[in-house]
Amino acid sequence: MAFVNLKKKEVQAKIVYYGPGRGGKTTNLEFIYNRIRSQMQNEMVTIKTHGDRTLFFDFLPLNIGTIKGYSIRTQLYTVPGQVKYNATRRLVLRGVDGIVFVADSMAVRKEKNISSLKNLEENLAAYQKDLYKIPIVLQYNKRDLGKKGVPLLSIEEMERDLNSKLKAPSFGTSAMIGHNVVATLKKAIQMTMISLQRTLM
Amino acid sequence: MTYILEQKQIEEIEQVLSKSLIDLGVHSVILIDMAGNIVVDQDSGNSDHDIYSLAALAAGNYGAMNAMANIVGEDEFSLLFHKGETANIHFSKILSDYLLVSIFGKEISLGFLRLKVAEAVAKIEKLLPTQSA
Ligand SMILES: Nc1nc2c(ncn2[C@@H]2O[C@H](COP(=O)(O)OP(=O)(O)OP(=O)(O)O)[C@@H](O)[C@H]2O)c(=O)[nH]1
Ligand SMILES: [Mg+2]
Repeated sequence: MAFVNLKKKEVQAKIVYYGPGRGGKTTNLEFIYNRIRSQMQNEMVTIKTHGDRTLFFDFLPLNIGTIKGYSIRTQLYTVPGQVKYNATRRLVLRGVDGIVFVADSMAVRKEKNISSLKNLEENLAAYQKDLYKIPIVLQYNKRDLGKKGVPLLSIEEMERDLNSKLKAPSFGTSAMIGHNVVATLKKAIQMTMISLQRTLM
Repeated sequence: MTYILEQKQIEEIEQVLSKSLIDLGVHSVILIDMAGNIVVDQDSGNSDHDIYSLAALAAGNYGAMNAMANIVGEDEFSLLFHKGETANIHFSKILSDYLLVSIFGKEISLGFLRLKVAEAVAKIEKLLPTQSA
């Protein structure tokens, strides 16, 4: 539910990082925050358990400059990935305009990725939104672990598991070192803006 | 889904908030939507809260309260209010898509604030677009 403020000439849109627990959603936001914190007046908001798992959401407002005379403010959120937190996860999705789905490349997380994407589809449906219509970018995260000998899913296998019907743009990433984190976000913002323009016209 | 407010609509809402609430001593009022976007904000000039974070948290908090109400068999809780040492915060739903967040101090009683918020809400309702989400 993006909001266009004609007085301030400002657009506010909501982008949500979704995906299985421990996949790296919070790490994505932390990386972005650390990049820009010197220009920010605000701190990143996190609601976590003491074990560092997201309990409700993380929140980072991001001013990304102007497009066609409108200043664009994206509000980045993460959901809690743990299965048991579905009620709060669904609340965070309210009014979402674009999604980054952070999948975990570790071979042992194969099923978790698939069920999280299915859960996203169900939760979007609760708001009459369609997974196949909403702007979405896929992230195959933790690629760096391959070098450390951790068994990973190949990109091809992850594409088959998650993206064969969706056909969304996808990136192999390492949120920990920041590889492709910004590229993912840029793509998500771009797709969200294009879709907003379409609904405005 | 996207909604737009014209400059005139925003200014009318600003006027209502500033006349009905800020002029009475409310420190700051933020009108948000349930996605956590800020629609209008007004303050008395001496508060510098991080309103974007406040909006995100207020929307989440309101959603959580509502979900709790449903679990115990209520449609919603009618009074949403947090009391602090020097600052208090009050939430009021507008239509089904918006939330008015008022931050006020000791000078104002909760009863008086609720009365004034209700008056402001009645006026603002007519100025806002309804949505389906
Ligand atoms: N090696 C490696 N570790 C990562 C990467 N991204 C995240 N991690 C680690 O994975 C763990 C979980 O990351 P989080 O960002 O907290 O995961 P999350 O998706 O927010 O998890 P929930 O809040 O439970 O949903 C942390 O220990 C991170 O340091 C990555 O790209 N590579
Ligand atoms: Mg997290």
